[in-house]
Amino acid sequence: MTNHWVDIKNANVIIIMGGNAAEAHPCGFKWVTEAKAHNNAKLVVIDPRFTRSAAVADLYTPLRTGTDIAFLGGVINYLLSHDKIQHEYVKAYSNAPFIVAEGYRFDSGLFSGYDEATRKYDKATWAYEIGPDGYATVDETLQHPRCVLQLLKTHYSRYTPDVVSNICGTPKDAFLKVCEIIATTSVPDRTLTFMYALGWTQHSVGSQMIRTAAMVQLLLGNVGMAGGGVNALRGHSNIQGLTDLGLLSNLLPGYLTLPGEKETDFQGYIGKRALKPLRPGQMSYWQNYGKFHVSLLKSWFGNAATKENNWCFDWLPKLDKVYDVLQVFELMHQGKLNGYFCQGFNPLASIPHKAKLIGAMAKLKYMVVIDPLATETSCFWENHGEYNDVDPSKIQTEVIRLPSTCFAEENGSLTNSGRWLQWHYKGAEPPGEAKPDADIVAGIFLKLRELYQKEGGAFPDPILNLTWDYKTPHAPAPEELAMEYNGKALADLIDPKDPTKVVMKKGQQLDGFAQLRDDGSTACGCWLYSGAWTEKGNMMARRDNSDPSGLGNTLNWAFAWPANRRVLYNRASCDPSGKPWDPKRQLIGWDGSKWSGADIPDFKPDVPPGDSMGPFIMQPEGVGRLFALDKMAEGPFPEHYEPFETPIDTNPLHPKVISNPAARVFKGDLEAFGKSKEYPYAATTYRLTEHFHFWTKHTRLASILQPEQFVEVSEELAKEKGIKDGDKVKVWSSRGFIKAVAVVTKRIRPLQVNGRTVHHVGIPIHWGFKGVAKSGYLANILTPFVGDANTQTPEFKSFLVNIEKA
Amino acid sequence: MALQSLDITRRSATTTPSPSQRKTQEVAKLIDISKCIGCKACQVACMEWNDTRDAVGSNHGVYDNPMDLTENSWTVMRYAEVELEQGKLEWLIRKDGCMHCTEPGCLKACPAPGAVVQYSNGIVDFHEENCIGCGYCITGCPFNIPRLSKKDSKVYKCTLCSDRVAVGQEPACAKTCPTGAIVFGIKEAMLHHAEGRVADLKNRGFAKAGIYDPQGVGGTHVIYVLPHADRPEIYCGLPRNPSIGPMVELWKGAAKPLASFGLAMVVAASFFHYVTKGPSEVSPEIEKEFEDEK
Repeated sequence: MTNHWVDIKNANVIIIMGGNAAEAHPCGFKWVTEAKAHNNAKLVVIDPRFTRSAAVADLYTPLRTGTDIAFLGGVINYLLSHDKIQHEYVKAYSNAPFIVAEGYRFDSGLFSGYDEATRKYDKATWAYEIGPDGYATVDETLQHPRCVLQLLKTHYSRYTPDVVSNICGTPKDAFLKVCEIIATTSVPDRTLTFMYALGWTQHSVGSQMIRTAAMVQLLLGNVGMAGGGVNALRGHSNIQGLTDLGLLSNLLPGYLTLPGEKETDFQGYIGKRALKPLRPGQMSYWQNYGKFHVSLLKSWFGNAATKENNWCFDWLPKLDKVYDVLQVFELMHQGKLNGYFCQGFNPLASIPHKAKLIGAMAKLKYMVVIDPLATETSCFWENHGEYNDVDPSKIQTEVIRLPSTCFAEENGSLTNSGRWLQWHYKGAEPPGEAKPDADIVAGIFLKLRELYQKEGGAFPDPILNLTWDYKTPHAPAPEELAMEYNGKALADLIDPKDPTKVVMKKGQQLDGFAQLRDDGSTACGCWLYSGAWTEKGNMMARRDNSDPSGLGNTLNWAFAWPANRRVLYNRASCDPSGKPWDPKRQLIGWDGSKWSGADIPDFKPDVPPGDSMGPFIMQPEGVGRLFALDKMAEGPFPEHYEPFETPIDTNPLHPKVISNPAARVFKGDLEAFGKSKEYPYAATTYRLTEHFHFWTKHTRLASILQPEQFVEVSEELAKEKGIKDGDKVKVWSSRGFIKAVAVVTKRIRPLQVNGRTVHHVGIPIHWGFKGVAKSGYLANILTPFVGDANTQTPEFKSFLVNIEKA
Repeated sequence: MALQSLDITRRSATTTPSPSQRKTQEVAKLIDISKCIGCKACQVACMEWNDTRDAVGSNHGVYDNPMDLTENSWTVMRYAEVELEQGKLEWLIRKDGCMHCTEPGCLKACPAPGAVVQYSNGIVDFHEENCIGCGYCITGCPFNIPRLSKKDSKVYKCTLCSDRVAVGQEPACAKTCPTGAIVFGIKEAMLHHAEGRVADLKNRGFAKAGIYDPQGVGGTHVIYVLPHADRPEIYCGLPRNPSIGPMVELWKGAAKPLASFGLAMVVAASFFHYVTKGPSEVSPEIEKEFEDEK
């Protein structure tokens, strides 16, 4: 979230799209009801299904799954053509005036630089025009034909209400009604918030869907504002923490990135990431990359990391490609992986195309599963009749199950969607032999280190030199780990402005990442989490919910990254002269010498209003990007591409480029995608409020509430197929079939799309062959093995199936 | 259960007067349909607090589960897809359970002394130790709430968490409701809160929004805010004008002398049954005897 859960209450308009907050985030949804009850907010829900969020919305409208960019592109076109943008904000705080390099093109669905053979773009032309002073050129009049605003207008002029309605199946009048409501927030004193979740991320164009929403918010002047922003509702209680700590295969903690295989030179690696300002006077905060990175390596390798050896940079793996889950299972399927460690993860249920996964897992020599539950993954080799029809005698994989604790059985912190690190305490002793994950990993590490010590090996250095100074080596305490993430001084830190002053004594916990240095005198396990455990103690355990501004920022409740800041980009809540856009919702203000207020300023605190420094301090140009430069795989402007399995066989905008041209598709999978002739119905998978993923089917109470697998179909499709409420039906895609009870509903309606009637089949995911709920089929038997071009998040939300009465 | 006997204002099949030295304030649980997201957390909270568990059932082609109230599920969410205007779908979700009537049909119908009581705060409670399993409360209830257990032939329903309320806590469902759709407090305050919600709904285009506190049963201690208060029946059959059924009225009116005799017989028979066979079952003979007397 750019903002946070409580801040939702400050919104005037709430759009739930690409998510279903009432069902998937019922506790956070309370802030929506607060906004409605106390801020007279309007709630708009846009979803293929009339969800439980829609049940309490002021306006609901359907759209076809996978067409959100077409819808939001239409919104952009509406805002620009009806002059409903926040002009002053757009001019000062977005890259609308920036001039794009000559050579940038968009034509018939493709941006300049496409190479069909590699399905990749050469992004050289997706850039600003650079002036003789080395800075990007801008046109303050916004009239230059190559300035971002003009290119934006041209790009989205194609997304007329008729085109939107034709692609999305949304009735035109409903679409225009949504546009009108959104447009009411283009004035400075009204804000809109977008709440989204996996309904956007799980598409082959998922990242671009989110970007389109961010662009709408920039045009409306809603980023950095209380009650505004683009708000990702995270799923697992600590999935935000997972990404923050860099548990994705290409990341290091704090969104630092692993070097690529060609990046063998340390200075080159840092230089590429420590971005120099693209406009005069910009902060370009990533210039500090080296401080974060060196402190991380000092935290990991201690005294072994020296200036002479580039802080052990050579010990980091260098990526030849991204090892996301799809890539890993593809390699496993090709027989190129021997072993697999699976911690807190149930991939057999959570990765698409179950048949391929079973084949892949069967090729492993061993699999280690660390989990509190007996997951389907750990039992993939068991025969469960039609639900998991495998022959155990033909599977030789050795599976080792290490029972772990669940969150309530250990101390620790969870990072919520609003970036709050909240400390929690152990509530119960773990059952049986279950151990905390840290203890299990420590045990494995210590054994490995012992073997390396004894036997040497090709490359023992990083294992032998890893800092491991926990009081009990085989059981690192959560408190110790938290202090390690925060970071400490390795030597006395001298004030750079006053050499007589010691800022931090050797061994002290740092106050925050501003104290990090790149000379080896600080260690920090995750720069973003610095400030969470200072000399004052555990800031995550703070529980003072006083809220002097009434905006819900509660700065003494827990700790929010970065730097305890609650609303990101909050300098943008004031105009360039420092005046708040909306005095009722003032987040920060200039007090004559510095910025302060109801939030921690997201700005250099002593730079006065009127300075050229822009509010988006992480960007080298200091402003928000309507034009994404080279940061996205498939283009600097989001474009509507069809799901890889499309029910209309074409892309009405450009029939020759139907689906995301830059998405990675593995050999064999492209040909195997279903076509509408055999699989005529648009399917989408989702969660129900009664269950949490594949966990709660192991608990009796949740299983009582939703005991048995079902799929949802419209009354019209049910009639066509002779299906009645409660009938057993068979649903199949090109990858396999499931059987489930039919829920026939008015909440799914056939949509008119490009001259055809498109029916949706709704598939909740929660059942499997383990647990106390009725046994069911893993929904990912049906889903396609393709992901978003940037994140590789699988396209669980849009694919094709057929259905009949079983 | 746990409110004190001092707070009992009415007791089934009892003619001795109730204690009247002190009076508690009337309470109410307000269920705001317009804020309810149908998450069923109230169902879980109810089962957890009361430590009851239904069996894991089946899907019957709807979201409702369990499909109906049972001796273990004292509250259930009911879902209805309604199109009042062409093309304007509403998914009406109502938490169903005991309404805690001011004039409780169950209490009036109950022949077993002290099996149904009403506290001065308005809560209607079953004291299962006195229940003889005749099921008359089920007939007497205008909302079709009590459920007879096959296991022990006793009747169960929502207690409005009288045990929690007795020690100053709100019912478990209200405590757990994530959106504030269920709130609990003094009835007057709840009605005031409800009026604010109705005004908000009217502003949002629900011209007929209103409060459901039906007077046919003297008002209730569970009240609803309904966006369409003129048509309560669209909310999964919420009765428009609930009242105590004619059979119960007969039982309490013309047939009363007979009834009293029947009651005495039941008590005697129950006692006889208890000392000879133990407390767990109600035999068909007693049932028959009772029916005959009536």
